[in-house]
Amino acid sequence: MLLAVFSDIHGNRQAFEACLKLARAKGAERFILLGDFVGYGADPEWVVDTAMELVAQGAVAVRGNHDEAVNSTAESMNNEAQIAIEWTRGRLDAAQRRFLAELPMRVEDTDRLFVHSEASSPQRWTYVRSTTDAAKSLISTPAHVTFCGHIHRPALYSMSVTAKMTSFVPRTDVPVQLLRGRQWLAVLGSVGQPRDGDPSAAFALFDTVSCQITYCRAPYDVAAAASRIRENGLPPWLADRLSQGR
Amino acid sequence: MPKPLVKSGAEIDGYTIGECVHAGGMATLWTVTHPGIDVPLLMKIPRVSEGEDPAAIVSFEMEMMILPRLAGPHVPSCFGTGDFAHQAYVVIERIVGTTLYKRLPDLPLPYEEARQLVAGIATALADLHRQNVIHHDIKPSSIMFRGSGEAVLIDYGLSHHNHLPDLLQEEFRLPYGTAPYMAPERLLGVRDDPRSDLFSLGVLLYFFTTGERPFGEGETLRAMRRRLWRDPHPPRKLRADYPPWLQEVVLRCLEIEPVWRYPTASQLAFDLAHPDQVRLTTRSERMKRDPLSVAWRRRFNQGVMQPRAKADVAAQIASSPILAVALDTEEGAPELNEALRVTTERILATLPSARLACVNVLKLNRIAIDKTLDEQGSNKHVDRLVALRHWATPLKLDESRLTAHVLEAVDPAAALLEFAEMNSVDHLIIGARQGSFRRTLLGSVSAKVASEAACTVTVVRPPRMATAKPGAGVVWG
Repeated sequence: MLLAVFSDIHGNRQAFEACLKLARAKGAERFILLGDFVGYGADPEWVVDTAMELVAQGAVAVRGNHDEAVNSTAESMNNEAQIAIEWTRGRLDAAQRRFLAELPMRVEDTDRLFVHSEASSPQRWTYVRSTTDAAKSLISTPAHVTFCGHIHRPALYSMSVTAKMTSFVPRTDVPVQLLRGRQWLAVLGSVGQPRDGDPSAAFALFDTVSCQITYCRAPYDVAAAASRIRENGLPPWLADRLSQGR
Repeated sequence: MPKPLVKSGAEIDGYTIGECVHAGGMATLWTVTHPGIDVPLLMKIPRVSEGEDPAAIVSFEMEMMILPRLAGPHVPSCFGTGDFAHQAYVVIERIVGTTLYKRLPDLPLPYEEARQLVAGIATALADLHRQNVIHHDIKPSSIMFRGSGEAVLIDYGLSHHNHLPDLLQEEFRLPYGTAPYMAPERLLGVRDDPRSDLFSLGVLLYFFTTGERPFGEGETLRAMRRRLWRDPHPPRKLRADYPPWLQEVVLRCLEIEPVWRYPTASQLAFDLAHPDQVRLTTRSERMKRDPLSVAWRRRFNQGVMQPRAKADVAAQIASSPILAVALDTEEGAPELNEALRVTTERILATLPSARLACVNVLKLNRIAIDKTLDEQGSNKHVDRLVALRHWATPLKLDESRLTAHVLEAVDPAAALLEFAEMNSVDHLIIGARQGSFRRTLLGSVSAKVASEAACTVTVVRPPRMATAKPGAGVVWG
């Protein structure tokens, strides 16, 4: 089965639409949503509604720190993120907020683990920045492949049976076979706010039979998403950074 | 890890196991057959039981990732892989014959034979590098030759694929590989520079032409590290008749700094294919090693080998292409030759490591016997070489980046296509003859070259003259 994995959509309708369209065109049969549906972008309602529909059709979804912040004031965030999340709170209806509040922190599916951030203690929202972080995450699970997001920059880590680590920045559209002899941590780029210098929306496809992962990029109407952010009076940097991909 | 199920007569995923043809330290090799595949096959199975070197597993994982992605005559075709979850294996085409290792008793080889062998290996390496793979274990036992003559590179257990995770990245505390052939930067942990393979090939060329390994056989890290500062004895010291051009090539491959080596395997293959055009530098004249004072300065000046930014194999190869420009020095209109020079200059300006081959075709008659001398009695071949170099003078290229070639052929287009193919030309620049009577009569050389070449072709026309409006000639005056 071909899975399409999306993370960090952040209320960016244009980016999410482009990713869904490209993933379907490439034959995706099941959708995995790794959290942070809202925050930063100006279309949280549409994104949450779409996620709810996909979940009703069998998609997997987990909770991100921004999704949690919608329902709790405890989560500490930087100033712009805080402004955006307070704005988002006023946009979502009760059903949408409940959907986000009830999302699980992690989902295990056969030998795969889906989680928003570093997996050893998901509620701490730790970034996977290095092989040390990745090792911590991989040691905490028997899963063959862990999928996470949160850092908005794609990466692929592996750990051998002797606990030796490898790190790799994946190439767009080059499939990589996730060999059975080791554990893998696939860190997804962001759909709605890429930060790796490439403004196009990031997602990945995973073939459960061949165990191949392919990191993909979907170009989208960045200007439209940016003007939605400006129209709604959100911090202008949230609009500007989209065209720079950082 | 499950115990290997392999024995003669057993079946794995539809492959019937034949005999064991090799049992090495890391893996065993078995002949296998499969209904529907009529190529001789080999199954490679790693040693994975308790107490075996964990390197065997990691190397095998690299081969499982890399082999299925390789294509072309210079690699063994891969037919299938099996996972460690059940029985790890790769099935590859069985190349008939033996590796170059069998030639060691014959060393040193005659220069001409070694030149041809190594040119073939350089061509194979260029093809591998183009596929984003650095071999990292170039040595006689990794090289075979097909019946049709192409070199085949085998054993990808230590290789690096620029588009795939490098599983050997943090695996070993010490650099892993074959000590006598290992490039100095490998000792510093650099695994992404394709020029490391050119160093290893230089070691092989040195060994095959002198009978001695340039850095000995030392396996200790201390012995290996010496190559970071100590240069090998020049081959001419070992064999008095060693051709200077060959020493130039060998010592350029063995430069400590990768940037001083050939930029690409294609450029090395080019020099080996045209030994008379190798530009000789002081390397070719050396009769002894650098004085100790120089070597010691190198040893204690660690600036020689600074950590470098991560390299991109494809980008490096793309910045060092082989360009060829086809020139008609006899009949070519001066404005066309000028336009060709302007275009060539622009392309070279962005590619500081490119080399340029200026090519002219001396057209032979289909029936009449050609004379080498023209009516005035001067040698046509030599005249044209002079004309080609004269054309290239304003480009102010370093001699090592420029060659001139006169091809003799009945069919100029076919000759240019063959030259481009044989020399791995990346980009061919050719002029279009404008409205020539011969083009109308014989068809266009540039059109045939542009449509049939495997490389990029730029067809150049002289700047357009101001064209008269239709019918203008009738009205004016």
